[in-house]
Amino acid sequence: MSGAKEIRTKIASIKNTQKITKAMEMVAASKMRKAQDRMRATRPYAEKIQNVISHLAHAHPEYHHPFLVKRETRRVGLIIISTDRGLCGGLNINLFKIAIAAMKEWDANNLEIDLNLIGSKSNAFFKRLGGNVVSTASHLGDAPSIIELIGTVKVMLDAYEEGRIDELHIAHNLFVNTMTQQPELKQLLPVLGADDEALKTHWDYIYEPDSKPVMDALMIRYIESLVYQGVVENVACEQAARMVAMKAATDNAGSLIDELQLIYNKARQAAITQEISEIVGGAAAV
Amino acid sequence: MTLHVDIVSAETEIFSGTATMIFAPAEMGEIGIAPRHAPLLTRLKPGEVRVQTDGGDEQSFFVSGGMLEVQPHVVTVLADTAIRAADIDEAQALEAKERAEKLLADKTADIDYAKAQAELAQSIAQLRAIQKLREKVHR
Repeated sequence: MSGAKEIRTKIASIKNTQKITKAMEMVAASKMRKAQDRMRATRPYAEKIQNVISHLAHAHPEYHHPFLVKRETRRVGLIIISTDRGLCGGLNINLFKIAIAAMKEWDANNLEIDLNLIGSKSNAFFKRLGGNVVSTASHLGDAPSIIELIGTVKVMLDAYEEGRIDELHIAHNLFVNTMTQQPELKQLLPVLGADDEALKTHWDYIYEPDSKPVMDALMIRYIESLVYQGVVENVACEQAARMVAMKAATDNAGSLIDELQLIYNKARQAAITQEISEIVGGAAAV
Repeated sequence: MTLHVDIVSAETEIFSGTATMIFAPAEMGEIGIAPRHAPLLTRLKPGEVRVQTDGGDEQSFFVSGGMLEVQPHVVTVLADTAIRAADIDEAQALEAKERAEKLLADKTADIDYAKAQAELAQSIAQLRAIQKLREKVHR
């Protein structure tokens, strides 16, 4: 019966694992709901600031902000937003794949790349892969606050303003629904003006005190809000992906237990049959 | 006549509704905005944004700076949640840079914990197998 005992301990250990994955699944589900609410809460600001920016693009201020001006590209900045923790399926790897594909393309065009990494998974990954990392941020938690991002975004914005980079891109996961998260790479700088024909009338704001400081402040906040939105969305993606991954793990553990239980039962049955036949054989011999 | 007021911060929506008058701490001094004000864009100082609603009562919100956009019938306050100042921002940027340098310099932190755990589990399993083999040999 030694085989049977081993199987029994194996089943017990898988049951323990299953309990853990089940608990993680439920924790992720509740965190996901909160993360989705947070994601929704950031939307009004982003929409409002987007409106103001598109107004600005069509108004005719005497000052042209560098963020709105396209120039020849020699060096590209890339912000990559990953999770802090693993066990969330292929979420990070899928994101890194598109980031690396874009980096290869830039490399082929002789463009140099500056990396800004948010989240410890991307820190670990791109450290091993190599790359010019200029700023990082990690351990933002489940409820990231914009204060923690200001510094790392400023590094890239300063680089853009000083002409060290000529384009800024961001890679993060889009929350489509609970089952689907889509990695996305988009351009932040220079800002691509939204073409809205209806707005193309000649009017301008009154700027207080002057158009330059107002636009500077506005542009910085705009980019920050886009990055912040990416971070918040990525948290929602992380929880959703973890929930799905843990559900799959729990199901797999269940089917593994069923299989082992069957093997255990067979082994037990075989042992009993053998014992009976031995007794019967013994009795016949007497 | 009323105007629509939205007060939003990057992290959440603070207020949305109609008002007859709104007061805000603009950079050049407090301004009051009535409906049909000319388009205006200005920075805000830390202070109080007061919204007078239809019923005549007044609601006030504290903002630690931000932007104010005025359209004839829509006023948008983009409030900051953090105290912003050039030197504070600068310090945070420096911190982010230092973190990056530390990351690249730190050779020991290269261990990916998930990978290390998997390797540990594997070696424990191997040890167990060796122990079992030994037991069998001794028997």
